[in-house]
Amino acid sequence: MMIAYDVDYYNPTTIEEATQLFHRLVEEGKKPVYYAGGTEIITLARSERLDLDAIINIKSIHECLLAYSDENEITLGAALSLTQVIKTNFFPLLNQTIAQIADQTSRNQITLGGNICGDIFYREAALPFLITESKAVIANRTGIKEYPFKSIFNQKLQLSNEDLLVQLKVKKNEVNFPFYTVKKRKQWDVGYPLITVAAVKKKEQLKVAFSGLCNFPFHDVNIDKRINDPSLTAKERLDGVLNALSSPVLSDVHGSMDYRHFVLKNLLQEVVDAFKGAKT
Amino acid sequence: MTSRIVTLSINNDQYHVHVRNIDTLLFTIREKIGLTGTKPGCLNGDCGACTVNINGEAIKSCLMLTVEAENKCITTIEGLQDTTIQKAFIEKFAFQCGYCTPGFIMNGNDLIHNEPNASDSMIKSYLESNICRCTGYQEIEEAVKEALTNNNYDNR
Ligand SMILES: Cc1cc2nc3c(=O)[nH]c(=O)nc-3n(C[C@H](O)[C@H](O)[C@H](O)COP(=O)(O)OP(=O)(O)OC[C@H]3O[C@@H](n4cnc5c(N)ncnc54)[C@H](O)[C@@H]3O)c2cc1C
Ligand code: FES
Ligand code: FES
Repeated sequence: MMIAYDVDYYNPTTIEEATQLFHRLVEEGKKPVYYAGGTEIITLARSERLDLDAIINIKSIHECLLAYSDENEITLGAALSLTQVIKTNFFPLLNQTIAQIADQTSRNQITLGGNICGDIFYREAALPFLITESKAVIANRTGIKEYPFKSIFNQKLQLSNEDLLVQLKVKKNEVNFPFYTVKKRKQWDVGYPLITVAAVKKKEQLKVAFSGLCNFPFHDVNIDKRINDPSLTAKERLDGVLNALSSPVLSDVHGSMDYRHFVLKNLLQEVVDAFKGAKT
Repeated sequence: MTSRIVTLSINNDQYHVHVRNIDTLLFTIREKIGLTGTKPGCLNGDCGACTVNINGEAIKSCLMLTVEAENKCITTIEGLQDTTIQKAFIEKFAFQCGYCTPGFIMNGNDLIHNEPNASDSMIKSYLESNICRCTGYQEIEEAVKEALTNNNYDNR
């Protein structure tokens, strides 16, 4: 039950302190990690699949815990637990998507930022931000910057050195578009997806993002084009989507490639049907 | 410094323990403090046997560092003696080997306090955090429902 690593532990209370500390530790030849919910870090450390010797807990940093809605945007701190985000009820698509991650108790620990920045490749919390006008607020020791989420999330959030994800922001009008999200698992009602789909309808066009289909979550405008073509049958839509994929469909313990094709076809139909009549 | 002395408040008692920074709360509660009601199972967040309550919320103690629990109010299964939920589990025979029971009781206790008007689907969603290898879950669900009713009655 003991974990083999010996680590230093820090609990900074400001963004500056955290990012400078991370930088200094790297300069000293250490291997620090930002620690949010800690569920992935502890799991990987226990199985000795993580190289670390310093933990920087970010859960005492005020900005990382904020959740508010102003005239234009909704802001959610990266260190909020999924349960805390759900309780805000600010962003219904996000709520429904993350309410299906892991299980009730684990959602008290897993954080919004931890899910998006984690190595476990499902990162389902990223899907709603990929298909809406959203921003990632990222800090390093030179300051804090906001990036369009789509521009900085390519398979995973493109962070380097001491970059810290502080907050996620979404434009307020975006959260009112009709949406649909569905998660198919191999079995049970909890845990990792076979495929998760999140979709919004905006100006009569569907935008669809996927997790579990390839080994990273994504949104691809070429796929949207196929899905939005009303002249296509379910089979043609599926073929179009598969042809447009930039990476192979996963084949793993959760499901073979063929099984995923089968599930995807049904999911795409389900998504199209769900929006029938929805006006945007 | 890779270890430190922390003060933990568990079931309203204070414990000063020397822990490594990487020690999980589960390890400390069982091996350093000797409260062995909290059970080790999968150790990676899947089974819920290690569930404790931190500041009013159910938490899997195998996935939390001890150093994070300082200055927080921790309740373990030993702190739920003679509670509505414990009695309901006994009345409904909601266990066989009993290994999963502390985790289910901790989780059920979270539910009856935080979601007193829980719907059937919410009860189901809460119970999915824990795994029982012996029972068919029906008795556990009945126990939680009974505890919900009794707790609401007691709180009137
Ligand atoms: C029981 C269980 C079930 C799960 N089921 C699902 C599921 O259904 N779907 C799914 O998508 N995932 C699932 N996961 C995976 C989980 O969501 C990820 O592992 C996630 O990383 C955990 O979040 P955390 O806050 O605990 O992360 P941590 O363990 O704290 O961190 C994970 C990684 O992200 C980095 N990080 C964290 N926060 C920040 C930040 N603000 N800025 C920069 N880097 C940061 C850390 O340095 C670390 O590398 C499950 C995990 C568990 C334990
Ligand atoms: S031992 Fe913690 S969840 Fe299984
Ligand atoms: S009673 Fe044996 S595991 Fe649940």
